[in-house]
Amino acid sequence: MATKRPKKKSRHQLRKPPFLFLLLFVMLGMAGIIADEPLRVLEQARQVCLSCIGIG
Amino acid sequence: MELMRKWVQVITGFLINAYWAFPFTRTIYQGPLKVICAPGLNCYSCPASTSYCAIGALQQLMAGVRPALENGQYFLGFYVLGSIGVLGAFFGRLICGWACPFGFVQELIHKIPSPKFGLPRPLKYVKYFMLVFFVFLLPLLVVDQFGGGHPWFCKYVCPAGTAEAGIPMLLMQPSLRTTIGWLFYNKLIIMTVFLVWAVFVSRPFCRTTCPLGAFYSLFAKARLVKLRLDEARCTKCGACHRVCPMGVKFSEEPDDVECISCMACMNEACKENAIYLEVGGVAFGRPPQPRVPAKGEAP
Repeated sequence: MATKRPKKKSRHQLRKPPFLFLLLFVMLGMAGIIADEPLRVLEQARQVCLSCIGIG
Repeated sequence: MELMRKWVQVITGFLINAYWAFPFTRTIYQGPLKVICAPGLNCYSCPASTSYCAIGALQQLMAGVRPALENGQYFLGFYVLGSIGVLGAFFGRLICGWACPFGFVQELIHKIPSPKFGLPRPLKYVKYFMLVFFVFLLPLLVVDQFGGGHPWFCKYVCPAGTAEAGIPMLLMQPSLRTTIGWLFYNKLIIMTVFLVWAVFVSRPFCRTTCPLGAFYSLFAKARLVKLRLDEARCTKCGACHRVCPMGVKFSEEPDDVECISCMACMNEACKENAIYLEVGGVAFGRPPQPRVPAKGEAP
């Protein structure tokens, strides 16, 4: 009877958590894009908020 | 490698502050690139800035949550969190070491010859307080009669904003000088304290106060690009502790939240090749080989 050969252990093993985090934050970013948030961010970034930089 | 890091810092600084027409237009860049997130702490009211500051944008969104919801707009910071979350999951605090203009400025100031000091470890927790309270909770909860909040971190603390936006705006628009008051002087003092502190202590703002660094540090264990320790090779000589600009004892805590992956430990300190770069689980540069014990040394 043929026995199963044990799998050769790779020295490089991909770590899953960073990819899961990437997926989570890409989805979060997409949710923001669907809500039109980039336009709001752009609108804010185009203005000088004087009180934000300690003036006024 | 250190020279390469310096070049990356300079180039990144120029790329996210690429609007050099501002001395002539006397205003900030207002083009479409400002929808892109700056990886490091870089004020988007800086006249040269061509990207948005994640910390500034988050506070503005938190401050405007109530009025936005009343208008049926769900601006809850998801786009900004998604942007810095992707950066964090990829690089974590490597961004602080390689792509933050304010970190770079502190590094340059630290080169001024002077006695150098460490930093008490408990001070590192201040940045988490800043992230939770000054970036999220206070802008969200402390509101005026119209339901709008304020960007607390930008308004009362951020020294990068004072250096990159406050002072240049005052220089560009002299009419603004009549409007400055205690708020500006308070921020000027904070900026001066951090810049003087940086002469004696390495990166004091990054280590104690930066909310963006605090956010990226949450990915210390689970980021794609990180430095790893080969325990079999490490002799615990402590050479990596001595060169670390963030006071990390890499051989004791390789996943320390303060590690900015500047790679000084890997390239300048470790003679045993015990520290290597890993991307998503794949070792780069020099894959670790088992260390051969010296003659007479126990294996």
